[in-house]
Amino acid sequence: MSDFSWLYDWPQYIPDLLPGLGVAISLTLFSCLGGYILGFFLALGVESPSRVVHYAALVIVELGRGVPILVLLFLVYQGLPQLGLMLDPHPAALAALMFSAAGYSSEMIRAGLNSVPAGQAEAANSLSMSAADTYRFIVIPQAARISIPPLVNLTIIIFQATSLATVITVPEIMQHAGVIGAATFEYMSVYTAAAVLYLCITIPGAVLSGYLEKSMRQKKRSKRKAVRSLLTGSPSLPVAAT
Amino acid sequence: MGEIIAYIAMGTGWTVVMTFGSAAIGIVLGLPMLALAQSRFSAARGIYHAIVHVVRGIPTIVWLFIAFFGVGQLGITLSPVTASLLVLSIIATAYMAEIYRGGIQAVPAGQWEAAGALNLDQFSTLRFIIGPQLFRAVSPSVATQVIGLLKDSALVSTIGVADLVFRAGIMTQYHAHGLYMFGTAGLIYLALSLPIAAFSRNIHARITRRYALA
Repeated sequence: MSDFSWLYDWPQYIPDLLPGLGVAISLTLFSCLGGYILGFFLALGVESPSRVVHYAALVIVELGRGVPILVLLFLVYQGLPQLGLMLDPHPAALAALMFSAAGYSSEMIRAGLNSVPAGQAEAANSLSMSAADTYRFIVIPQAARISIPPLVNLTIIIFQATSLATVITVPEIMQHAGVIGAATFEYMSVYTAAAVLYLCITIPGAVLSGYLEKSMRQKKRSKRKAVRSLLTGSPSLPVAAT
Repeated sequence: MGEIIAYIAMGTGWTVVMTFGSAAIGIVLGLPMLALAQSRFSAARGIYHAIVHVVRGIPTIVWLFIAFFGVGQLGITLSPVTASLLVLSIIATAYMAEIYRGGIQAVPAGQWEAAGALNLDQFSTLRFIIGPQLFRAVSPSVATQVIGLLKDSALVSTIGVADLVFRAGIMTQYHAHGLYMFGTAGLIYLALSLPIAAFSRNIHARITRRYALA
């Protein structure tokens, strides 16, 4: 009964899966956007001098990183109704993915923040910059160089993880594929089409993250260049009083 | 209550088998993949990169469904356990190979040259010079990957392997209270990842002590 028609059959299913791709991408974007902002504050929380804040943030981070995303999905979708909170599949998937993204990203952001020498913040303080300005203009730009490549990687991982949302019936790629497969019994063709669709996003993403990793590593400005950028009419240069 | 927890906890068996089975296969098969990646021939390196990108670029659940539903349609019926172990092992191999490739780049070229200058043959160079340094460089990443596999193994429940998540799902259908059921499963996953992390720290410290200079 084995036949090889799936080898050339699969492209015909791509158009049927495209609406799922849109859902997967929007899930990725929103859960990453929310997750990384949450992750930044979790990173600050873990670094906090207050013990209570430190441990609270640490527990959230470890739950987000240590519990499989599939379990998080079920916890949100089938567990929260126990507390009277009934979410539709789509928001439930968003919440679970966001929680996971926050946990993973907070460790990457923390690594970035810790890579900035303490002298930088101290220097900013001695220039009497406010804490917010210190983060905004001194610490975050330097930390971003370390944090951005792994965060791009994480975005690709979260995109792949949206495929799990099919278990709670979110109409993403695998959900569409499952419905078509059940109707036509052409599982091999349909899932091959789904796999190709994922590759269309993940392979360019992997190339981009590899490129970013390389360019961020090289982008450390040389001292001479830094001095020169200060000398040639930089607007922030204090003008000597005459 | 105790019975329910015991029922869910029995899923630990399949979770552990899936995790460590695929990890062991991946750790071993990653080495020939490394040889492919380090090959002199650009075609071999191209094949390596194609395999790694395709295997890692497609979500695990898609691989599982291809292996279970797709291959089943072609007339080769794999049991859920076989399909899961096959898929997780292939994925583990790709990830381990990438870890090894990163590790071998961390070994300075001078080490190869010094071994050559001492007239060590290829085998001795790998066994006594490069191998220990590679092992030390990759052991934390390998442990992280094994914990990743532990979490990936949760997906085998989608094709019907009775692991932690699968059993928690059944109990939720019988008794509702999904928060307790999946919470139990989640806590067991956390508990399983702790000894892996501890073991890795221990073994890393031991290798470092043994081979570090002074």
